[in-house]
Amino acid sequence: MVSIPVRPIVSSLVRHKAGVFIMACQVALTLAIVANLIFIITQRVALIFQPSGIDEANIIIVDNHWVGPLTLEEAHARTDADLAALRALPGVIDAYADYTIPIAGPWANLTDLSLKPEQKSPTARAETYFADEHAVAAYGLRLVKGRNFETSEVVVGSTEADPTVGSIIITEDLSRSLFPSGEALGKTVFMSNHPRTIVGIVADVKAPQKGTGDHAYKAIFLPVRLADVAGDPYIVRTQSGAAENVRKSLTDILYKTSRLRILDRQEGVQHFGALRAKVFAADRGLVILLTAASIILLLATAGGIIGITTLWVDGRRRALGMRRALGARRRDILGLILAENFFIVLLGILSGSIIALIANISLMHYLALKSLPPTYITLTSLFVLVLGQCAALPPARRAARVPPAEAMRIVPS
Amino acid sequence: MFFYYVTLGIRSLLNQRGITTWMILLIALGVAGTVSTFSLLRALSSNAFAAKAHRLFVPQIDNHGPDYVKAYGIDPVLTLRDVEALRAHDSAHLQAAIFPINLSFVPTDTTMDALQAKGYAVTLDYFQMLDVPFRFGSAWSRAADKEGSNEIVIGNELNQKVFRGANSVGQEIRLDGHTYRISGVLAPWNPLPRFYTYYKDAFDPRAPQLFLPFRQALNLRIPTAGGSYGESSFFPWDMRSEISFISYWVELPDSAAAAQYRNYLHAYADEQRADGRFQWPANVALRDQEDWLNYEHVVPPEARISFVVALGLLVVCAVNTVGLLLARFMRRSSDIGVRRALGGSRSTILFQYLTEAAVIGLAGGLLGAVLTICFLSSLGLVFPVEVARLAHVTFGTLLQAPIIALCMVLFSAAYPILRACRIEPGWQLKSS
Repeated sequence: MVSIPVRPIVSSLVRHKAGVFIMACQVALTLAIVANLIFIITQRVALIFQPSGIDEANIIIVDNHWVGPLTLEEAHARTDADLAALRALPGVIDAYADYTIPIAGPWANLTDLSLKPEQKSPTARAETYFADEHAVAAYGLRLVKGRNFETSEVVVGSTEADPTVGSIIITEDLSRSLFPSGEALGKTVFMSNHPRTIVGIVADVKAPQKGTGDHAYKAIFLPVRLADVAGDPYIVRTQSGAAENVRKSLTDILYKTSRLRILDRQEGVQHFGALRAKVFAADRGLVILLTAASIILLLATAGGIIGITTLWVDGRRRALGMRRALGARRRDILGLILAENFFIVLLGILSGSIIALIANISLMHYLALKSLPPTYITLTSLFVLVLGQCAALPPARRAARVPPAEAMRIVPS
Repeated sequence: MFFYYVTLGIRSLLNQRGITTWMILLIALGVAGTVSTFSLLRALSSNAFAAKAHRLFVPQIDNHGPDYVKAYGIDPVLTLRDVEALRAHDSAHLQAAIFPINLSFVPTDTTMDALQAKGYAVTLDYFQMLDVPFRFGSAWSRAADKEGSNEIVIGNELNQKVFRGANSVGQEIRLDGHTYRISGVLAPWNPLPRFYTYYKDAFDPRAPQLFLPFRQALNLRIPTAGGSYGESSFFPWDMRSEISFISYWVELPDSAAAAQYRNYLHAYADEQRADGRFQWPANVALRDQEDWLNYEHVVPPEARISFVVALGLLVVCAVNTVGLLLARFMRRSSDIGVRRALGGSRSTILFQYLTEAAVIGLAGGLLGAVLTICFLSSLGLVFPVEVARLAHVTFGTLLQAPIIALCMVLFSAAYPILRACRIEPGWQLKSS
């Protein structure tokens, strides 16, 4: 290990005040921006790859609307006829209708859950799915404990406030927040002051609302068969590999059941994956854009360091030659240039960290950001430090190659 | 002399090809990124109703209580009973009650699929408030607005599809099992952002195609195609229901009228409390259209983030340019010393290096303009299509690229050039 020659470094840095300042500035700005970008990218990537908990590869979503006017009874009859036709299709495991879909929404239906009636503030808050005995199979949910709904339990055409709804199925995540230490299965919870018994617990399913918030995996399945007079989306699960064939034949089957519907032959029947891609289109785009911007910024800074250091080295050939002539080894020169770079980048990192935090706080509201955790700054700083050393390496080696004879030259090249 | 400097500049740039290319490429990227994200952001922030931005107001009333408001915020829409109360109170100003509806049209040709037309149930004032242009006919009468009637206004596209663009005023159209009589057909009209409903259709590229009298939509119990908030044991169209689903806008002439309206809203909520309907202190809001767009985050944060990042990139480019130019000019200090010793004045040095910087800026700017075209035409790859389609390549945006690049480089070059000019004649010769 070469000892770091502090004095010559300091004196050379002082001599090139402007250059040092500019290089440090560039490092600082790059660090400030890239740390924030990586933070945004991480959040969006977490959102995009958030598991839904359903059998995504084999699920098809049918966006069906009725030609009105229908009474609620007619809507039920038509929906039942459609679902029967879908379930009879070869390759289809099960199907059911609900107006919300994991991740894709489009509506959030948050409900308060309490352990006692008339409880002041709720124990937990969860999003509801209106399910029947087909929902578990149609989503491919894994029952961890308890059982599925029985046909006799399913209430037809009601709301979540219906007192006759006696049982519910909840996600594991919700069971943990309702009963942190103990068994949730078989217990009674209160929704709008109506008691409901937990008959089943399923592995985590994403709530309809997009997002990674607190209640992302807190979901309740109510045994309520809904039918909207305007029509509901159908969730159809196929055997693995059969999804595309089923998707192609779906519209014809449904139009044969009834022509009085609005069902777009292209957009109306899509794989869950396609729906998911649409939901996250803006996030995906932002991730691509910000990744590109980060790479350009880092390359720009690396390029700047290479450029400035090379020109510096060229300007100091005579001085470097002199050092060599006075006994400095090649690796001493290499170390000198690298150490110079290290100090400049360190200077940049220190000021950049402050700028990063200020930028984050001042733009938080305008850009709808969260506050930047210091880990992002630390890790980005380390990366920038290594990048700086790598960038300084080619000019440092060029400096190390300066022959001692350079000291003798009369005119500096 | 100028051309001599241009040649000199180009020659010196060619001398250090790697660094020059790098500088120009970076300037181009920074400039193109800034120009294209700015043009998208500007398109998204432009307001077709800017002239009325401070005259249109949206009242909000907390009808669910503080717990609900703490969890979800105050509803952006009102219940039917509140809308009726507000309408009854103030008849002097324009008021529009609006909720989205979807109605389907079944073609008589049985080989064709039914089609869905989207639009709004609106009160008559909607048309005047938003200056809706009619191609044929007009809106329904005051009486129809009050009682509800089978009159309907359709959009240009629906008129094309069903009546092949002919004047269809007075004709009948059957939608969702009801027969309506057409009272007016709109000219193509889709001003953005569509601020007056709350669901995510602010940049919907498809113009609304149906307008039904608000009263008639309630009479026929046509459900909202948008969201509804809150729970109730009554249906939304019931006057006792606490489900909010109606967007409500009032046009008030000035801030005095707005203050007065705000007081009225507060008094109304207090009155509801006194009546026993609300068990909490009055919580109301009255925002004008501009505030509303910000409050509802109509401009997607992605567009803002992209612009800020592009701006950051441009600043880093500028700093980078300062550093590289400085190092470059300083390295040539002996040349400068010789030139000064041979009689070159400071101003000739200044002029020569300024030319060199301008050459870099111009090259970066021109490449930037080319990149701007590429970026703007491929915005759809990273932004949702309905958002991306709003930004266009115009002569103005293309002109921005070289101008910004030139200004940026000249600004960055100021310090390096200053340093170059300060070099003493002959001093460099002596030192060697």
